[in-house]
Amino acid sequence: MAFSLNEDQTLLKDAADGFFADNAPVASFRKLRDAKETLDPALWGEIGAMGFAGASIEEQHGGSAMGLRAMGLVLEAQARTLGVSPLFQTGLMGATILKLQGNAAQKDAYLPKIADGSHSFALALDEGAHHAPHKIDTQATKTAKGWSLSGKKRFVPDGAHAQTLIVIAKTDTGLGAFLVAGGAEGVTRHALSGVDSRDLADVTFEAVALDDAAYLGGKPLDEATLDLILDHGRIGLCCEMMGLIGASFDMTHDYLKTRTQFGQLIGSFQALQHRAAAMLVEIELTKSCVVAAIDAIERGKGVGEAVSLAKARAGDTLQLVTNETIQMHGGIGMTDAHDSGFYLKRARVLETVYGSSGFHRDRWAKLHAY
Amino acid sequence: MTDIETFRHETRAWLEANCPASMRTPMPESETVWGGRNATFKNPDSKAWLEAMASKGWTAPTWPKAYGGGGLTGEENRVLQDELRRIHARPALLSFGIWMFGPVILEFGTEEQKQTYLPDMVHGRTWWCQGYSEPGAGSDLAGLQTRAVLDGDHYVVDGQKVWTSYANHADWMLCLVRTEPNAPKHEGISVLLFDMKTPGVEARPIKLISGASTFCETFLTNVRVPASQMLGPKNKGWDVAKRILQFERTNISASGFGSGAGLDLVDAAKESIGLENGKLANSDLRSRITKQRMYERAFHLTMRRGQEEAKAGAEVSHYASVLKIAAAKLNQDKTELLVEALGMEGLGWEGEGYRPEALKVTRDWLRAKANSIEGGTSEVNLNIVAKRVLGLRDHQ
Repeated sequence: MAFSLNEDQTLLKDAADGFFADNAPVASFRKLRDAKETLDPALWGEIGAMGFAGASIEEQHGGSAMGLRAMGLVLEAQARTLGVSPLFQTGLMGATILKLQGNAAQKDAYLPKIADGSHSFALALDEGAHHAPHKIDTQATKTAKGWSLSGKKRFVPDGAHAQTLIVIAKTDTGLGAFLVAGGAEGVTRHALSGVDSRDLADVTFEAVALDDAAYLGGKPLDEATLDLILDHGRIGLCCEMMGLIGASFDMTHDYLKTRTQFGQLIGSFQALQHRAAAMLVEIELTKSCVVAAIDAIERGKGVGEAVSLAKARAGDTLQLVTNETIQMHGGIGMTDAHDSGFYLKRARVLETVYGSSGFHRDRWAKLHAY
Repeated sequence: MTDIETFRHETRAWLEANCPASMRTPMPESETVWGGRNATFKNPDSKAWLEAMASKGWTAPTWPKAYGGGGLTGEENRVLQDELRRIHARPALLSFGIWMFGPVILEFGTEEQKQTYLPDMVHGRTWWCQGYSEPGAGSDLAGLQTRAVLDGDHYVVDGQKVWTSYANHADWMLCLVRTEPNAPKHEGISVLLFDMKTPGVEARPIKLISGASTFCETFLTNVRVPASQMLGPKNKGWDVAKRILQFERTNISASGFGSGAGLDLVDAAKESIGLENGKLANSDLRSRITKQRMYERAFHLTMRRGQEEAKAGAEVSHYASVLKIAAAKLNQDKTELLVEALGMEGLGWEGEGYRPEALKVTRDWLRAKANSIEGGTSEVNLNIVAKRVLGLRDHQ
């Protein structure tokens, strides 16, 4: 297993860390939040120009073909500074769905636009408050000219701004994935105001007319492929969570080394030293699981088990670290002026999307037949 | 064929010819081989297997050939371990000497000391023990009071050690002693190596809550040790002691406290409690078992990551403490869950009415309480991570 980064990956990581620190510091997120905006078109343009969105797209489609690990490094860097962009839904989810389910024409049409950041996507999957990828009521019905789509998707990440929604719907022959323009007739998008101040929407489809080219792959989306697509997404979320963990922990670590009480640095108190060290133990264990899950996907072996391990652990560790960040900062950590609350709010959303830690522990147990 | 493929090919053939069939079966505890002057081999194949492996130096595969080791590169050693696993070979020898003391003798010892001690370790001719803790120096190890006073060309050692693993069986001790009583506590410590048959050495086993007696009190009264048997410079023994602790913690973690042996937690719970709709009937226990299993898996992945990063030349010394903390937690949680999963059957002490593997669960659970104490308590290891990794300082 390749736990260490190779030379190309190290260069990419350094480039991504530098890029987001310079172009999307936490202060820019704060400005967006204050302005109640959930998209920063200039940043997205820069991300496209840097080629980050095409990190895991093949060269023939304009990407750099560096694989999932590379995309993970970029997502981690973006999450560290709380950067806001369609990168996850577009560069990872959109690209993965097209690669795994799209036909040649669909890939040729869209993958290059993902790679250069000129077109954004969002996966419209869940229909309730809890992740339930196999409980779909949205219906696509075959018509003479193509398809008619009706139903409601809830809590769609990037659902308000994405140019194209990828809608998972029931058909007569199982599930299908459909490309639906965000502005198509019959599509209504209600932007939600979530705790993490990101693009999130409820989307309603009322007899939306689609042509046959909208049906991804021209064939049903089987359960195994949907799971694999979602496992790519879950790993992307894990990488984002590692970014939040790293930033929160560093912030706390710095505070322990600078804040003075009782005439002593608070980091000299053993009650805090042990909790900081215990966090580091959890972080080290989690890091191993995330890399192992990427490796499992790239090898195509033991994917579900490895990904659920990573998502559950990353969720638990992130919850621990973001809570401790607030507690160890004391009163200042409770203020809106401090950044720690941003990390806490974003953390819980990432813990929940595509399955909470509990969801993934349950899945792990099922995969082990108990 | 590349060199490494050739090595694999030859190793496989050699193991095929030299590993007796009974050495490829699960090892009952009674057939564990620790070696030593008084070694007994319940199964004669164990002796043949040890001799064969030692003749290749493969009981200490990466030690230099000059001292009886196998002289293998890290990559060759991984191939050897792969091939041993492939045929389910038993370990030919369990040895604190090879795990902990040989490596520091290689690092700090004189040429004469290497020649004297290492080949005997490789061949399992000596069983070593570790004279570290004392009644007044547990977590505060550097507070140790056992004294060594120079008298001519010998040191005279007086004091008491405790928690000395298998001192009653051991042939040699690596012992921390105070050689400079007036120096700050970390600066007056030295390391002496001596034969347990030296007059004045007495080891008494301590009975534990599990009923086992793997640890001893060791009394040292006027023990005369040749000055040439000091390892490393006088009063610089703390550096040696810390290196050994790193090896000890890594080794403890690598063994997972033997947590691989015995009943499988999921199988035991399924059998004892049963399934409903394909899920363990007690949903609360199911979720806690899953957490434990995931923690265990995360731990093993982190062990591998540490090994890989070490191979790539990264600084990984902090993994020893991180993994020791995690290993203790995972084995204690696991043994608690096993007891719970077996219900009353998990709480037998001995005799009829309990399956032998259930009795082992009870004993393992009790034994595991030491996991967060031995080899540095979890609290001491948290201190080490806080100070050495996170750079958090004491009160000023």
